[in-house]
Amino acid sequence: MSSLLNPAWALLAAVVLGVLALVGAGVHGMVIARSEGRSARSGALSPVFELARLLRQRRRRTVAADVLLWRVGCGGLVVVALLKTAVIPFGSWILADIPVGIVWFNAMDVLLWAVLWLLGWGANSAYGLIGGYRFLSQAVSYELPLMFALVTPAVAAHSLQVSEVVAAQNGLWFVVWMPVAFLIFCASVIAFSSWSPFGTAAGSDIAGGILSEISGVDRLLVLAGRYALLTTGAAFAVAMFLGGGAGPLLPDWLWTLLKTLLLLFVFVALRHRLPAIRPDRLAEVAWIIVLPLALLQTLFVAIVVVVGR
Amino acid sequence: MLAVIVFCALAVVAIASGVAVFRVDSMARATYALAISFVAVGAMLLMFDLDYIGVITILMMVMEMAIMAIYMIMFMGMNPALMPMSMVHNNRWALILSAGTFVLLAAGVLLVPWPAPAESPTGDLTASLGETIMGSKMLVMLTVSPILFATIIAALVLANPRGRYDRWGDDLKRRSPHDLRRGGLGG
Amino acid sequence: MSLQLVLIAAAALFCVGLYGALSQQVVVMVMMGLELMLNAVILAVTAFWWFLAPAPDGQVLLLVVIAAMTVEMAMGFAVATLLHRSRGSDMTDMATDLSG
Repeated sequence: MSSLLNPAWALLAAVVLGVLALVGAGVHGMVIARSEGRSARSGALSPVFELARLLRQRRRRTVAADVLLWRVGCGGLVVVALLKTAVIPFGSWILADIPVGIVWFNAMDVLLWAVLWLLGWGANSAYGLIGGYRFLSQAVSYELPLMFALVTPAVAAHSLQVSEVVAAQNGLWFVVWMPVAFLIFCASVIAFSSWSPFGTAAGSDIAGGILSEISGVDRLLVLAGRYALLTTGAAFAVAMFLGGGAGPLLPDWLWTLLKTLLLLFVFVALRHRLPAIRPDRLAEVAWIIVLPLALLQTLFVAIVVVVGR
Repeated sequence: MLAVIVFCALAVVAIASGVAVFRVDSMARATYALAISFVAVGAMLLMFDLDYIGVITILMMVMEMAIMAIYMIMFMGMNPALMPMSMVHNNRWALILSAGTFVLLAAGVLLVPWPAPAESPTGDLTASLGETIMGSKMLVMLTVSPILFATIIAALVLANPRGRYDRWGDDLKRRSPHDLRRGGLGG
Repeated sequence: MSLQLVLIAAAALFCVGLYGALSQQVVVMVMMGLELMLNAVILAVTAFWWFLAPAPDGQVLLLVVIAAMTVEMAMGFAVATLLHRSRGSDMTDMATDLSG
């Protein structure tokens, strides 16, 4: 696997991430349009209109907002998504194939704890703060299962390097023998993107929660950041569990793209299919059922690896 | 030379945000200033090729500070973003003592005849760390893990006001636990 | 980069933390001071390891320091919660029952 070390390629990676996020938003627009009885095509361009509207909108201000922290929260989502992109392989290319790529991805999604809470805190509004607290309590539930879900492919590949994990799936994709880890990872991606059914931090019952007071460019950055996070999550799941660029006939970068888009569509479409999951009810289930399941999955993989050696 | 400049910049960030922790008025800002200090130190560790330890330092400390912010705000019982606060005691002696400690430590650093630097470590440090804790230094990890487990239990015992008799009844025979918050398992 | 430079940076960080741990009244702020001191310890251990004893084993000491930080945080939060519940306060000056 070759690695592109020229930093100029980072710009291209950012553009690809942006386009994929926009496609995800377009699909969401189509789903909404269908549910409202309009034709799906009429909703496909709605994110572009929303983008234009938000770019022209003036920022709303709140009393005694902590502006510095608020802006950090608003910009943070996109920054985290871009930092994650650095370790995600696109076909056989990867921006920074660092030896601890998996830990890097994990560290970046922990940054979201800070970013989303600051988003709720900065506005100095009750609903925003409740949203921030909801996200943190949800994060306490999903983070440990997510960590063990990420450890599992690393155990199987004998490496924390993303390219090694992709190479180790030559022949058998990891999703086949670690389905539990795959499902936990996908659920965690939805959860750290604060996307329904794990989207109560921005729920309509608290007037949009962390989104309630933000407007204009800030809102654009946060909404785009959520789609970008879903996209990076899908792309990382492809590298970790779905064989990366492996596939017949087509070149590997195209396979990566196809798999990522497919997974992204599933994430986006799930939003209105499932009831919201409350963080306070999630905690007990996550710690008593999901975490032991993730540990058993890791144990199973470790035994297979040791026996098969 | 570039490495020295980058290191000094990171050190200034780490120390300045460390000072900011005790200077700013807002709980949230104080906590996240400490997080910045930790991220700077994590980046310094990356400069010493400690990829794994550097990244998990960043990971753990940002997580801890996100939780820390909640505790700060929960226990202060006021809106710290609006009110300036000064909650110090013995400020003068604390300053004198810490400045004195710095002078002492700095003098030690500069005056002690350190041995000549050895060869820098090479090879895959993450893999060698894994082999070390699973090999020659396994006893260390075997000691740390029961300590961490004991910490979990001790912290829960201290912090949780309700024990199993509150949840499962005096004879522990209730069919489903009685929790203050309904939901989750058991209802 | 030299050993002395890194150690001076670590000493400065340590003393900022020491000031915080000595001067703050609120338990959680005292903990932040302690965290800063341990942060400096991490940096100093790294410097000693890199410049004086570059065997892979040295990294284990860093893991132990990080584990110590975790224990300190968890117990600190637990005690702060307990103090807050039983006294309605989390100032160190009011928890002096054990002082002579």
